[in-house]
Amino acid sequence: MKNKRLTIYEECQQKGISRREFLKICTTVAALIGVESSGIAQVVNALETKPRLPIIWLHLQECTCCSESFIRAYHPTVGNLLFDSISLDYTDTLMAASGEQAEACKEDTMQKYWGEYLLLIEGSIPTKDEAYCCIAGQSAKQIVEKCAAGAKAIIAWGNCASAGCVQAANPNPTGAKPAHKLIQGKPLINVQGCPPIADVMIGVIVYILTYDRIPQLDALGRPKMFYNRRVHDTCYRRANFDAGLFVESFDDENAKRGYCLYKVGCKGPSTYNSCGIIRWNESTSYPIQSGHPCLGCSEEGFWDKGPFYKRLPDIHGFGIEATADQIGLAVGTATIGGIAIHAVATNVRKKKLIENNEEEGDIL
Amino acid sequence: MKTRKKRLVEIYVWELPVRFFHWLNALCILILCITGFIIADPPAIMTETEANFSYWFGIIRFIHFVAAFIFFFNFIFRLYWGFAGNRYARWNNFVPLKKAQWKEIWEVIKVDVLMIKNKPVDSIGHNALACIIYLGVFCAFLLQSITGFGLYAKMSESIFPKLFAWTIPLMGGGLVAREIHHSLMWFFILFALIHVYLVFYHDYIEQRGEASSIIGGWKFIEEEIAEREEVEEKAEIITQAARKDE
Repeated sequence: MKNKRLTIYEECQQKGISRREFLKICTTVAALIGVESSGIAQVVNALETKPRLPIIWLHLQECTCCSESFIRAYHPTVGNLLFDSISLDYTDTLMAASGEQAEACKEDTMQKYWGEYLLLIEGSIPTKDEAYCCIAGQSAKQIVEKCAAGAKAIIAWGNCASAGCVQAANPNPTGAKPAHKLIQGKPLINVQGCPPIADVMIGVIVYILTYDRIPQLDALGRPKMFYNRRVHDTCYRRANFDAGLFVESFDDENAKRGYCLYKVGCKGPSTYNSCGIIRWNESTSYPIQSGHPCLGCSEEGFWDKGPFYKRLPDIHGFGIEATADQIGLAVGTATIGGIAIHAVATNVRKKKLIENNEEEGDIL
Repeated sequence: MKTRKKRLVEIYVWELPVRFFHWLNALCILILCITGFIIADPPAIMTETEANFSYWFGIIRFIHFVAAFIFFFNFIFRLYWGFAGNRYARWNNFVPLKKAQWKEIWEVIKVDVLMIKNKPVDSIGHNALACIIYLGVFCAFLLQSITGFGLYAKMSESIFPKLFAWTIPLMGGGLVAREIHHSLMWFFILFALIHVYLVFYHDYIEQRGEASSIIGGWKFIEEEIAEREEVEEKAEIITQAARKDE
């Protein structure tokens, strides 16, 4: 007989969580993924009827900041629920098993839940030489291709897996590529950020768990419910922007007054993320609140669009690095010089023509 | 007393809609450049105050956006006039499909840029080199509108800017779009410099009233050239009529 898998609610009951407590959890989850009160029933139904979601979490070329962020999900009940409601079968950094045992866990999950498990990818994949990132004798590319084949859906954690992050920055020595460039034909969600916000990560998983489908994505594959608004438009310092009150340097009076960080390079106006709303570490703060401009870490290629503390990016390939303004000014000066030379040349070369037009004559 | 012995006739070259477009466009670009510079690098004119007492940066941005809308629809109107206007405003001037146009481009380079030839080019409206540059300018207008409205889309509830929103991810995000938008502004500034100089240059050496023609619309053209033009125009009308009859 096939082993019946317990539903999440049944597992909660076994752990001694009361019905009242369970409904509280469902409400929190509903609030997190942004459904209104009429949608709570759906969440309750999902958690009552669905078994734990098997998950394989791959660590490739990355710094583990996504995992660090994930374990700091601020609502402990939700955190607990998730560790109970998902079945994190394989994650090399957090799991107790190691070596062959760990790999066996992965193989086991893939076999048992082929087509059902969720694949989470943290880190980019080297393509120049696959040997740059190998785990248990297999290259990152091989592992990703193998695991992706049987996954229900794929979540690319953070900027590494979504856009390549610092490894893919110029000159990209390992040929690092994000997951979506290597995997075709599978639903893939880019949960952007360096790292993504913990509650956003959990929100995406809960959404998939509840609705059994992936959330609506924007043009860059990011879930719209968390990446639909600019950091700039949700910034509590926005009033200072509209009033033209700017921090000129990090140690001036304006910085102490909490003026807008636009002039010291804030990338908020072109960055889509929930930092201004959900914030970090139990909603304590986020970079701008701590007086640091947004780096735009949830945008593609943000490392190459620096410097971080200037508003307009440098243009590379001019020998020295220059901004559009410097180049514009130089070309403008050259143009005026060219015009002056041309004007002088006109008077020399076209003298006859001009004189011919002005023949002396009599007029009454 | 100095007088000219050339026999000139007056030709109505720039129709009112063309002149209207030109000056409204110039005004818009001037406003957009000034406000654009302020938006890119706002001056520190205020300090020691609370945000709720002022809105000057918001107003600067508002002016930029309003000017952008006027600029865009004025541009669309000019595109329309490329099909409805007279032979000097017609779209086919700007697209060098004919061999004669390429020949004239080379001729203008020799006469006006390199100055290795002295006989002026006989064009009545724009010369062919000017036309191909205007084609580039129109493309720049379009790209500037796309990046501008694309960036603006997120601040707006209306449908029109949203039509451009999809282009931003294609460019690689808002930062890249902003950079393109900013660099193109410099293109317009450089264009304006050269454009104004060349108007003075042509007015000075050809004495056809080049500078004032964009105010009144009339140019002074040598009689022979005007006659040739008239014959050409009539021939065109006849061939068009003949085509219709077929």
